[in-house]
Amino acid sequence: MVKVAHVQLSSCCGCLISLTDTYEKLLEILNSIELVYCQTLIDVREIKECDVALVEGSVCLEDHHALEVAKEVREKAKIVVALGACAAFGGLTRYCKGNQLPKPVNSSFSPLTEVIKVDYSIPGCPPSPEAIYSFIKALLNNDEAYLKPYKLLAEMPEVCGCDLLYKVVNKELCMGCGTCSASCPTRAITMVDGRPVVDPVLCIKCGLCSFQCPRILYPSLLEEIE
Amino acid sequence: MDPFGKYLKAVSARSTLKEVLKKAQDGGIVSTLFIYALENNILDGVVVADKEDEFLPKPKVATTPEEVIEAAGTKYSVCPNIAEIKKAAREYGCEKIGVVGTPCQIRAVRKAMKYPVGFRGVNIEFLIGIFCMENFPYNGLRVIVEELCGVKMEDVVKLDIGKGKFWVYTRWGETKTVKLKETHPYEQSSCHVCTDYTAELADVSTGSVGSPDGWSTVFIRTVKGKEIFSEAVENGYFEIKSIETVKPGLDLVKKLSLTKKEKNMKEIEHRKELGLPVPVKL
Ligand SMILES: Cc1cc2nc3c(=O)[nH]c(=O)nc-3n(C[C@H](O)[C@H](O)[C@H](O)COP(=O)(O)OP(=O)(O)OC[C@H]3O[C@@H](n4cnc5c(N)ncnc54)[C@H](O)[C@@H]3O)c2cc1C
Ligand code: SF4
Ligand code: SF4
Ligand code: SF4
Repeated sequence: MVKVAHVQLSSCCGCLISLTDTYEKLLEILNSIELVYCQTLIDVREIKECDVALVEGSVCLEDHHALEVAKEVREKAKIVVALGACAAFGGLTRYCKGNQLPKPVNSSFSPLTEVIKVDYSIPGCPPSPEAIYSFIKALLNNDEAYLKPYKLLAEMPEVCGCDLLYKVVNKELCMGCGTCSASCPTRAITMVDGRPVVDPVLCIKCGLCSFQCPRILYPSLLEEIE
Repeated sequence: MDPFGKYLKAVSARSTLKEVLKKAQDGGIVSTLFIYALENNILDGVVVADKEDEFLPKPKVATTPEEVIEAAGTKYSVCPNIAEIKKAAREYGCEKIGVVGTPCQIRAVRKAMKYPVGFRGVNIEFLIGIFCMENFPYNGLRVIVEELCGVKMEDVVKLDIGKGKFWVYTRWGETKTVKLKETHPYEQSSCHVCTDYTAELADVSTGSVGSPDGWSTVFIRTVKGKEIFSEAVENGYFEIKSIETVKPGLDLVKKLSLTKKEKNMKEIEHRKELGLPVPVKL
């Protein structure tokens, strides 16, 4: 049995909902894991020693409790996964700037990846149930080839729709497939003249578009078709 | 170098549907397979490349044979088909989606299928790839048609590439051509790092090269591709010839595929030398 903890920092719980949204597949996963900590689903107060911690949410630097939780997760889990945009890249909380009651000083939010060493980052707001399921399966099977893109992502806390310009369009790599546009949860990306145009007002820095772009990264396991 | 990628079978084929043949680019393989799949509930929606006025390509979700036929024929300009796959699932409620695309687009969908992080509930059932040597930005295409061939975009009814030439057919029944060599400056530069000619990751790939006019060369690559294609043949949707019996046959496809691969591998190396990024293969 693989011991799994779900830890929520500054987040909306949408990533956990997405995980449970795998319906009967969740039961399949639950057969091979033991959920040792998850405040939403089970009554365990202390983070337990575990093999995998799925952490959602960013870290409020003015909230010492949150910082301690982040440190504790790193100590207690063998593998730490930043689940979703907030933990991985800050997501929506990149735009926080404080001055709201009842805690007007809570103003600075950093992705978990900037606070502790994270092993895998999964983009998305939220990541789809299917993707979370495949990720956990690959983790259980030790499928390193499949996990590699998520591993690389853990080293890149700064993402934005602008990545498409910097890394693809500006580098004569964009061939106009439109995958980035389809993946965006806020419809921030419109294809104009066969190129993505990102509305910065709509971008919530979830990292999906650049993760999905086949011209940034293409795992060779995809070449295997049956 | 492997020219074609994996495949189970290659044939030369042509649709038996008259309405398709009237509008199709070559043997009407793409449109006919989609029509067969829609009629038999194998798919309930397909993403195709339709066009607006002046041959401007526009992706579209088609759910009926009529809509598939409307979108038949090649548009030699970028058409972001993959941008519509989520729309097919969400707005059209399609549960079994088919997609046609150039090799790069088929690669993109394979990635989205294997890593469906932003694609909740998007079920891609069937991929048809079309051969592709290069593509053009829309205004590149416009220069080729209007300046090099002297035809107004609004008068174009069909475009084709073949026998070393770019062909323009007008609604007045005229045919104009320009040597392919003269169109090179108008290619989109991102095509120059592409090393897939025959849509190697599709379920079924098809193109004109290798088969006689009006016929298509077809690679059946996956088990699913084989099932759907064979059923369509059994139900009389296609005429089939063995690829060994047609001229010029697979040798020409192989030659063109290797030419593309070698040329673009060189470009990739060149860009690396210049310190420019190239697509990262893991
Ligand atoms: C840019 C480009 C370059 C090509 N280069 C070659 C080549 O070098 N050698 C070769 O043999 N064949 C090439 N083809 C493929 C060929 O032109 C035909 O599309 C193919 O043979 C299918 O013909 P058909 O009669 O079976 O399909 P049809 O029944 O006519 O259907 C064609 C389908 O292709 C889709 N489509 C059209 N334009 C685009 C586009 N721009 N992007 C995505 N989908 C599109 C349409 O939606 C339609 O569903 C190219 C196609 C494109 C788009
Ligand atoms: S543009 Fe869209 S997909 Fe890309 S990071 Fe922003 S919100 Fe996410
Ligand atoms: S996914 Fe990448 S290659 Fe495709 S349109 Fe977007 S930026 Fe361009
Ligand atoms: S040459 Fe390659 S990159 Fe360019 S349109 Fe064709 S398949 Fe896409």
